[in-house]
Amino acid sequence: MSTPKMSIAHRLYTGHLSYDFIKHRRQWFIVSGVLVVASILLLLVRGLTLGIEFTGGTDFQAPMKIEAGTVDAVRAQAADLTVSDLEPQVFSLGETAIRIQTRTLDTEELQTTRAEIAQIAGVDSSEVAYNAIGASWGKEISRQGVIALLVFTVLVMLLIAVYFRDWKMSIAAIVAVAHDLIVTVGVYAAVGFTVTPSTVIGVLTILGYSLYDTVVVFDKIRENVHGLEETNHTYSEQANLAVNQVIVRSINTTVIGIIPVVALFVAGTWLQSAQLADLGLALLVGMIAGAYSSLFIAAPLLAWLREREPGMVKHREQIQRRAERAERKAAQREAEALALATAGGPAPVETAPRQQRRTSGSRAERKGRKK
Amino acid sequence: MATSAKRGRPGVVLTVFLLIIVGLYLIMGLTKTWAPKLGLDLQGGQTITLTATSENVTPESLELARNIIQQRVDGLGVGEATVAVQGDRRIVVSAPNVTSDDLVELVGATAQLSFRPVLQSGAGTGPSDDADAVPGLPTPAPSPEPSASADGPSVDNEQLSIDEVLAYTATEEDLENFANFVCGDTVVDDPSRAIVACDDEGTYKYLLGPTAVLGTELDTAAYGIPTGDLSYVVTLSLKSTGAEQFKQLTGALLDKTSPENLFAIVLDGIVESAVEPQVQITNGEAQISGSFTADSAASLANVLKYGSLPVSFEPSQVETVSATLGGEQLRVGIIAGLIGIAAVALYSFIYYRGMGIVVVASLVVAASATYAMMVLLGSAVGFSLSLAGIAGAIVGIAVTADSFVIYFERIRDEIRDGRSLRSSLVSGWEKARGTIIISDAVSLLSAVILFIVAIGSVKGFAFTLGLTTMIDLAVVFFFTKPLVQLLGRTKFFGEGHKWSGLDAEHMGVSRDSLLGRRLRRRTPVTHDVTATQTTQEA
Repeated sequence: MSTPKMSIAHRLYTGHLSYDFIKHRRQWFIVSGVLVVASILLLLVRGLTLGIEFTGGTDFQAPMKIEAGTVDAVRAQAADLTVSDLEPQVFSLGETAIRIQTRTLDTEELQTTRAEIAQIAGVDSSEVAYNAIGASWGKEISRQGVIALLVFTVLVMLLIAVYFRDWKMSIAAIVAVAHDLIVTVGVYAAVGFTVTPSTVIGVLTILGYSLYDTVVVFDKIRENVHGLEETNHTYSEQANLAVNQVIVRSINTTVIGIIPVVALFVAGTWLQSAQLADLGLALLVGMIAGAYSSLFIAAPLLAWLREREPGMVKHREQIQRRAERAERKAAQREAEALALATAGGPAPVETAPRQQRRTSGSRAERKGRKK
Repeated sequence: MATSAKRGRPGVVLTVFLLIIVGLYLIMGLTKTWAPKLGLDLQGGQTITLTATSENVTPESLELARNIIQQRVDGLGVGEATVAVQGDRRIVVSAPNVTSDDLVELVGATAQLSFRPVLQSGAGTGPSDDADAVPGLPTPAPSPEPSASADGPSVDNEQLSIDEVLAYTATEEDLENFANFVCGDTVVDDPSRAIVACDDEGTYKYLLGPTAVLGTELDTAAYGIPTGDLSYVVTLSLKSTGAEQFKQLTGALLDKTSPENLFAIVLDGIVESAVEPQVQITNGEAQISGSFTADSAASLANVLKYGSLPVSFEPSQVETVSATLGGEQLRVGIIAGLIGIAAVALYSFIYYRGMGIVVVASLVVAASATYAMMVLLGSAVGFSLSLAGIAGAIVGIAVTADSFVIYFERIRDEIRDGRSLRSSLVSGWEKARGTIIISDAVSLLSAVILFIVAIGSVKGFAFTLGLTTMIDLAVVFFFTKPLVQLLGRTKFFGEGHKWSGLDAEHMGVSRDSLLGRRLRRRTPVTHDVTATQTTQEA
């Protein structure tokens, strides 16, 4: 026997098991809307904890055996450093290093402070690593980040529009990406993680990743709606089938994508590499959001946009008419069958042929109309 | 079509591709470089990002500033320090193995330009054979605390009066210093003392008197060919105090004999030019002629004009990583990468069973190609691997593995649609190809934009992400796909063995359909036992 997992994949693909993503879009849009609004509110109320790369400042790291009370002891000593108004913040980095953050220092203050921190930690001055950031640096990074974001958005919309020859796909994809971005930033605001250049890297990578997922879904939709006018299916139905067909693939790509990222996050947290941990977290949140948004936002939104087109409205009316006609015929046959059944005929076998006849009937009608 | 030709010979494609990778390793072997260049955050060292304080900086002055800073940094003798222009107003100085604070002071400091009378001259040691020893080591600008420069005599910033300078005669000690001096030794440019300095190629060495005119007295400098003349000259004009000092200096030198009739233009402890005045310059407008080429005239004029940096900079980021911390970060990065690859491989084996072999083989090939490219790019274009770069490569693992998933799931979809396994391997690829290309294109696009726009560590991340994405494309096309086609010919995979990941049961089709023994159905299996059961469950 096949494992349950496989059969789910199979049933999803063939349409035996199907969740109506498109029909329930209102519900998912509300969920996403709430998430987005909550993220924006969190952002406004709590704000982001910006790292010194954005605010300016100096970050010293010195190797030091951390024991209970070490941090407090260092904190007390740091308050008495020569340079005034240092506003030192002291943290431990795992069990092997101490981290002291101060305001922006000039070269001279930097040297003095570095030497004194080395003394506190009991190491040579050259063992004290530091990262000094001027006050304007953060503005610069943020500005470049925003430029990258805008350029990327425009180019990606163009790329998608050209590749799929459908600008509505571009819009749906960008809305989904915007959702992922806002939610990721919202998580940062909620958790209070420090935003560093690594976070920026992560967030920008999410753009690519989220789009990657969306592109896969759209690719399948495009395949399914090929020659849609000739069929009895609406755009929404075909889009929904596509979402159900790619869901296994989507879960797989996301799982496989997330595995290395989790490794990054775990190794970063465990071994106290703030850079890797930051990047890992941003990617983790963004990738999950990305997988969700391509299935629950991008595809339904696209279907909604396309269904509003006059051609699609007409197509739906046609299907409706065909269905009504078929319904009438079916009712007629039902009556005949009932008559037969009372006469003792084999009624249950009816179902399959009836379906077939409905299709061929409508096709004949279509041909008739065309002439 | 090219594809149909390839379809026939997957073995050839595979072999050629593997040979190319072997070729990369051969090149590595020939150049004897086996490890990528490490960024300073991984090996320890100092990175200083200088940002021009003014918004508008011409590329020329930025390049000039870069040159001056490069000279100074080289002068510190710290080895392979690189100075690079980044963007339109930034200069990045990276010095491996440096963790002291000297460098920060040095790069941003104003250069010391001075005019000194020549007391003695002689042949230098010539360009040094030792690559590390760069001729004419300047020192950091004198700091307010002289004791900071432990080596060398203490610096007294006082300039002597012009009369005192002209009256200065070489002492025993000066002559001894001169005799013992080897070009490449440290020069402390103390205005009040005699110094020994070499020209920038180390061909000549000079014993120089105390500073007669300070560089700060220079107003402007230019170069060109005067009307009616044939060769280039460098003209300079001095401010009033300097003009007076210069007048006395040139007047006094006229009476002297060689080599004492020369004055030297010294920048950061290097004799840029030794000049013999022809007349006494009274108005502070001097003209230096000689065998100048356009380039050498321009460079001297620039040196004079920009004795200090042409643009003022502020260090916007200084990052110092000790070798211990750097090594630790490298270790964490590698551990994360290995865990990532191992976990992806494990997942692939569980989910795709036998096909997991393809995933692992492709990942191994992609990883070795990436490694080779990193090493070779390190020696070719100076690419260095940073922590952010490692992160980019780890994300690259995800991108690479994604392509396989798209491909494999496509094959399975085709089988579910009732195709035979063998034809699914082909048609699945044709359908997956477009998706893989477009999704990699999006990934590549973000990498390129990040690389162009971003600054600092983000750049390194973007570079490796772009690199791994391109390698992914190559691996999927020239390794994974031919490998799958080849495996499709084996009994194990081609007939859908239970552990191959392609068996009939998992696909929800009959064995006959899998092997293409039945006519293809229009609709997927509706009567299948599994399907009916599960529908009821649902």
